[in-house]
Amino acid sequence: MVLEYKVEGGDFTQAGNVSSSVKKVLKQLGINPVVIKRVVVALYEAEVNIVAHAYRGVVTATLDDEGIRIVLDDEGPGIASIEQAMVKGYSTASKEVREMGFGAGMGLPNIKDNADEFTITSKVGVGTRLDIYIHYV
Amino acid sequence: MTVKEVVEKMGLKVFSGEKGLDREVLGGYTSDLLSDVMGHAKEGEIWVSLQTHKNIMAVAGLKDLAAIVLVKGLQPEEDTVAVSNEEGLPILGTDEQCFEFTGKLYALIHN
Repeated sequence: MVLEYKVEGGDFTQAGNVSSSVKKVLKQLGINPVVIKRVVVALYEAEVNIVAHAYRGVVTATLDDEGIRIVLDDEGPGIASIEQAMVKGYSTASKEVREMGFGAGMGLPNIKDNADEFTITSKVGVGTRLDIYIHYV
Repeated sequence: MTVKEVVEKMGLKVFSGEKGLDREVLGGYTSDLLSDVMGHAKEGEIWVSLQTHKNIMAVAGLKDLAAIVLVKGLQPEEDTVAVSNEEGLPILGTDEQCFEFTGKLYALIHN
């Protein structure tokens, strides 16, 4: 099963909609609740990152027999140093975004903590791709 | 303990999401950082916060939290209320500040 969603950059009123849809599908499929919780945390953070930092993005969730792969591809400024971006507490979010309680530099570490496999590739001025895999067990 | 019992015992205002007042409360989590709540709050907890915008509903819903309590007399925004009513996930309010309220809630839940 392949699910695809679009995410608009800057539109915080829609942030979380993709995560919510995927959560519903996983629940309907009877996936282990512990796994669903991990998917939800990782996906929400990745989704919010597109909203907070990119212009737009596409989320593709692919469910196979062993787990779920989520690929988030965005068009945006990209990440200059992935190593730095992965450091807890480091963030380039705007003041407005921080005032909403986002941009605390916890998003990427949250994704890493909840994913079984997690890779980021990014090109400055082009965009960023996150590839997340979470096993069902 | 249900959300309703917490409301009654602590004299909280119910802004929205009345359908969810029967939800079971398993604990509490106090934070204004959404990623912190996303990463560390657990199902069935009451979330105590200053944040009033719609995104708190996304976080609370995704984490299956029992309810949200806004401190210091803060009020939820209109679109926040709409989601709360749709999902039956209550938003409550208190005039107390975070520290005082969290202390009292902790005592109530762990009594």
